[in-house]
Amino acid sequence: MALKLQDGSRVGVVGGGPAGSLFSYFLLTLAQRMDVRLQVDIYEPRDFTRPGPGGCNMCGGIVSESLIQALAVEGITLPGRVVQRGLDSYVLHTDDNEVRIETPLHEMRIAAIHRGGGPQGERRRRWGGLDGYLLGLAQELGARVVRSRVRDAGREKERPTLQADAARQAYDLVVGATGVNSSRWRLLEQLGLRSRPPRTTKAFITEIDLGEELISRHFGTSIHLFLLSVPGLDCAAVIPKGEFLTVCLLGERIDETLVQRFFDSAAVQRCFAALPGPQAQACRCKPNINVREAERPYADRVVLIGDCGATRLYKDGIGAAYRAAKCAARTAVLEGVSAAAFARHYMPLYRSIVRDNRYGSVMFGSLHWIKRMGPLVGGVLQMAGKEQTRPGAARDMSIVLWDTFTGSAPYRDIVLRALRPRFIRRFAWETLTSMRSRERGAAVKESSDHGIGTIGS
Amino acid sequence: MESAPLGREYSDGEVICRQGEEGDRMFVIQDGQAEVTFREEDAEYVVGQLGVGDLFGEMAVFDKQPRSATVRAKGRARILTLDKHGFLQRVQEDPSFVFRILQMMSSRIRHLDAEVARLRRLVSERDVPAS
Ligand SMILES: Cc1cc2nc3c(=O)[nH]c(=O)nc-3n(C[C@H](O)[C@H](O)[C@H](O)COP(=O)(O)OP(=O)(O)OC[C@H]3O[C@@H](n4cnc5c(N)ncnc54)[C@H](O)[C@@H]3O)c2cc1C
Repeated sequence: MALKLQDGSRVGVVGGGPAGSLFSYFLLTLAQRMDVRLQVDIYEPRDFTRPGPGGCNMCGGIVSESLIQALAVEGITLPGRVVQRGLDSYVLHTDDNEVRIETPLHEMRIAAIHRGGGPQGERRRRWGGLDGYLLGLAQELGARVVRSRVRDAGREKERPTLQADAARQAYDLVVGATGVNSSRWRLLEQLGLRSRPPRTTKAFITEIDLGEELISRHFGTSIHLFLLSVPGLDCAAVIPKGEFLTVCLLGERIDETLVQRFFDSAAVQRCFAALPGPQAQACRCKPNINVREAERPYADRVVLIGDCGATRLYKDGIGAAYRAAKCAARTAVLEGVSAAAFARHYMPLYRSIVRDNRYGSVMFGSLHWIKRMGPLVGGVLQMAGKEQTRPGAARDMSIVLWDTFTGSAPYRDIVLRALRPRFIRRFAWETLTSMRSRERGAAVKESSDHGIGTIGS
Repeated sequence: MESAPLGREYSDGEVICRQGEEGDRMFVIQDGQAEVTFREEDAEYVVGQLGVGDLFGEMAVFDKQPRSATVRAKGRARILTLDKHGFLQRVQEDPSFVFRILQMMSSRIRHLDAEVARLRRLVSERDVPAS
């Protein structure tokens, strides 16, 4: 029997993070276009207007430029109360140097947001979080928000069921959008998913309360990225927002010692040197991050989207949630809700995210390796730093760095770009010359003198 | 609604895209308004007004022709640029991505139809000799 959504069909969405809300938004938009009336329940216990961890789906809070553009085409314009700062550049810090990389358009195309009501101690309550805004969009289209956690799931005849506080509800489609931070995999198994769960690792986030003026003066509209030789630390980012700086550390084993080592490193000390006094950390958390996908994200009348399925390795997780949510919604409305429909129409996108992450792993692996080799880091910085002094010249390194850190391009494109003979030749040359001038003791100063790079070829 | 600090700010009257120029980007208004004008011979006619969320510059992306009209900021406006490459990649992955643009273009065609009909009526009224 073909499993299709029809007039009056009921859809249960577990989780009202970006994946669940965007799924509901696109499902209802498409269903309206097809003249099908659906009843959508989104289960979400968090109150996204609350400051602190209770109202927050812990993340760095960067909305990538590709997602900003895609949402604009979809008719979703993020309002000022959600976007706390528009960002237009990156500053890459290494142990002893830094380089700034800007977009050729000099346009704010990256958004810094809070996910919920902001960190604990949020003084001015003028900000709203991204998750609350997206959930509101789904509600405007008619989705009903059930403010409870789903505790139990199952199957009743052919239909999946969900149980929160009240009676068990049966649905024609259940969408798992639980992320990897607040639900056990068993809940999704109860829906009939028999597959390997996603693998996660711990990350670390803290919010530093500096106030808007200091942040604007010292951090401007740039994300600060740190590639340091601190063992166990893959990458760290300092993201300026309205009143707070978000500091976000990624790596395989993040613990207190590693966090302290990061704050004590010369690069961080340099970056924070001009700030008055010790900075108060307003909010801290150690969220899980998905580093390997769930194996089979669908069954009859069930589909997983967002972090509890597959996401983009380390970057643009919200963008990946958007793509998966929309693809699953399209499949459900236009193709049906059977396992076969999801296998045929949802899995190609899912697999493309997973495949691209393989390139991502290679890329982050190489970055790891480069980080350990001082001369190579010197080559990266010198190449990017020089690119801006020659107007019209190729911006190979700047583009690779921009795409790597903004999450704007597929990892595959970045790897292929970095494997071009011209790139390798130039990189080798810059590494050699930076080694030579380092020996002469002058190198570091030179590349920081022209440390402003602009991307674009 | 307070506007998001995204895109680039244009001052009153500043040209965002100019009729006749090559262009492969689209634009979305984040905040403020813009005015669309069409130049014919020596005269310039206002042919449309755009507001927050409106997208323009899409014709040059689809038909690869020069810009069909000039768009200027009306008052201070914030405009976000959309890359053609990223847009086409999204369309390849998700054809329904163009729905909203199609919807917008069809409402512009409706508006044009009504305008053509109005002008025809004006011309025919003028051509009827006074009795
Ligand atoms: C340290 C870190 C930094 C990151 N930085 C960025 C970044 O800068 N930019 C970016 O794009 N991505 C970033 N990400 C990734 C991003 O956070 C995720 O990809 C994104 O949140 C996924 O959205 P989601 O809706 O799938 O899951 P979530 O955002 O986790 O939302 C899941 C929701 O489901 C709800 N839920 C869970 N279980 C139940 C239940 N049983 N019943 C009812 N509701 C339930 C939760 O309350 C939650 O609201 C980062 C991640 C980490 C860990």
